[in-house]
Amino acid sequence: MSMLRRHWPWLLVPVVLLAFPFLFYDWTRGRHSGFVLTLMSEIGVMAIFALSYNMLMGQAGLLSFGHAVLLGLGAYCAAHVVNLVKSGTIWLPTELVPLAGGLGGLFFGYVFGWLVTKQRATAFAMITLGLGELVSSAALMFMAFFGGEGGISVDRVMNTSIVGASYSSPWQVYCLVLVWAFIAAALMRLQIQTPLGSMANATRDNFERAQFVGYDPRRVRLLQFALSGFFAGIGGGLYVLIYEIVTFDTVSAGKSANALLAVYIGGAGGFFGPILGTIVVVLLQSGVSLLSNAWLLYVGVLFIVMVMYAPGGLIGLIYMHAPIWRTGRLRELLLPYARAFPAAVLVMLGFVLLVELASFTTIGAAQGKRFMIGGNVIDTTAPLPWVIALASLLLGALWLRREARGFRLRWDELIEGAKLKGAMS
Amino acid sequence: MEVFVVSLLNGLVYGMLLFMLASGLTLILSMMGVLNFAHASAYMLGAYFAYTISLYVGFWPALIVAPLICGLIGAAIEMWGLRRVHRNGHIAELLFTFGLALLIEKGVQMTWGLLPVPYRVPELLDFPLLRVYGTQFPAYRAFMLLISALMFGAIWLGLTRTRVGLVIQAALTHPDMASALGHNVPRIFTLVFAAGTALAGLAGVIGGNYQVTEPAMAFTMGPIVFVVVVFGGLGSLTGCFIASILMGLIQTFAVVFDVSLADLLAKFGFVVTSQTPFAELLTVTLPRVGALLPFLMMVLILVFRPRGLMGTRDT
Repeated sequence: MSMLRRHWPWLLVPVVLLAFPFLFYDWTRGRHSGFVLTLMSEIGVMAIFALSYNMLMGQAGLLSFGHAVLLGLGAYCAAHVVNLVKSGTIWLPTELVPLAGGLGGLFFGYVFGWLVTKQRATAFAMITLGLGELVSSAALMFMAFFGGEGGISVDRVMNTSIVGASYSSPWQVYCLVLVWAFIAAALMRLQIQTPLGSMANATRDNFERAQFVGYDPRRVRLLQFALSGFFAGIGGGLYVLIYEIVTFDTVSAGKSANALLAVYIGGAGGFFGPILGTIVVVLLQSGVSLLSNAWLLYVGVLFIVMVMYAPGGLIGLIYMHAPIWRTGRLRELLLPYARAFPAAVLVMLGFVLLVELASFTTIGAAQGKRFMIGGNVIDTTAPLPWVIALASLLLGALWLRREARGFRLRWDELIEGAKLKGAMS
Repeated sequence: MEVFVVSLLNGLVYGMLLFMLASGLTLILSMMGVLNFAHASAYMLGAYFAYTISLYVGFWPALIVAPLICGLIGAAIEMWGLRRVHRNGHIAELLFTFGLALLIEKGVQMTWGLLPVPYRVPELLDFPLLRVYGTQFPAYRAFMLLISALMFGAIWLGLTRTRVGLVIQAALTHPDMASALGHNVPRIFTLVFAAGTALAGLAGVIGGNYQVTEPAMAFTMGPIVFVVVVFGGLGSLTGCFIASILMGLIQTFAVVFDVSLADLLAKFGFVVTSQTPFAELLTVTLPRVGALLPFLMMVLILVFRPRGLMGTRDT
């Protein structure tokens, strides 16, 4: 029972995730919303990817700029396996295709890991950057394995399911993604508690001391890298099943950057940070990119703000409240938060308006789009909207500064109280 | 022979352009330990600023003003951004510049549009200077060589003959000792960062019309500059210079020689057919792998000689 009491979120989450698409269910036609399902499936895949990235960045302190290589190569392996199954050469249940991707990722993780884990810190980041560029150029060069620019297409309907699903609908694929995401996340969570996971932390914090204890830091890094490749490969296998195509885009630097952004925005410190970051990044990427040309700018600004003011990421911000929560005085923060909220909204509105105005005058105009707010066309060349945007940005910033001062006083007082009660750790 | 001479000249021009970018990055990386991802963005900004300025007042004022603006931007980034992030460690600094590079690319797209802008060579220099075995060598490339050679001379003199240069050299290898001796190391950092960014801007001004001025130019140039810096080694401008020229020559020559491993094997009487294992790998021609070579070199040198060609310490 105590197991259940401690780990109830692990049981609650799948139920919620299974129920969530039904909010967008089209009851009149009896169909799921394809967009929502694809979006959720993508979040699932990218969450696995981000978690596997965090095995390097968070646990082992290795900053990689080429993690997508492992995702992509896993995906290519899985795609070839699917095509082999389809042509009848081998037999494999559809449910185990991600495992094939995972094994591919493990293999390449070990091979590349052998190269890159000789170094750490900046040199490691540089090698992975070079390796990422190498593989993504090679992906366009070699037709047999990578299929060139067209990539490799597959047909996921293989009729080899062990549960009798045909996987012709996005809903069945979503369920499969959910199961695998859950398994992968649970395994990665357990991996933290293994001796390898602890040693990865040790080599991150003080690799010289780890050496003296008798562990070879390079071996620890290598194993961690290969395992991370395994999980990234599982993500790649799922990617194949969702999109039914793999292109060089999966190994590109942009995909690697996505994982980095997700992990850093979410927070590398806590296990759930990368998942949180993935949700934010994918929503910005898929949701906001439909509305705005400038989604990457928003991600970039969010990223920079995080790096400058909240290096712990979103999860770090949440954890900061823990001591106050333990003293039971979290309620007292409600008012300062409520007072800062309108100012923050004003700043954001001003900023978004400014960015959108700029983006519509150049990119939007070139694409023949017009800036509409609630059915009204906004003339981006007129001065009025620009003045409004600038004014709300500046006024909001001043107001926020004022409120922030009050907030800080209150915060320091509460933290002081928590320290006195010994609720800090 | 004629192909060789022309490629040699072109390789030199490209190599010197790379050196203008890489020299600033080497100084920043060796002094501050910051792998500046936004360095190539300054190169892009330089090209775009020069384009806009040259629309109004012509190319020659742009040659001076655009790098200055880039330098000011660099100083602002260092003073208000990097210093703040410095507390959170090297990785945070690196990520900060990475985010900055994203922002600058998007900002450029939003200001100048997604398509390349028509930034052209000034008319004064738009004529063939000399003919090498029947191939024309444009005067503008000679001008680029001249500018970058002047820059190289200026950097070298500045670093070895001036007081600030000596402090920079000291801070390069022993930052703590230099600051303990009473030198204002943070101000030196700002200075170096601004100078490096201005240099990158200058490279953009003279390189933007040599190549294409487009929003993707930073992300195509960036990794290659990293390769040069790592290859040359930390803390060594000479290494950086050799690596730049080497990289320029390799990239130009790779485009010219249309050979593959299969051709090489054929010389030894081994014929590669489509049945041979790894046939695709063997028959791929050198021009196609040209873009890949720098990264191959970087990975190899980091694995086998982490301090680069002439570096004083490991990357």
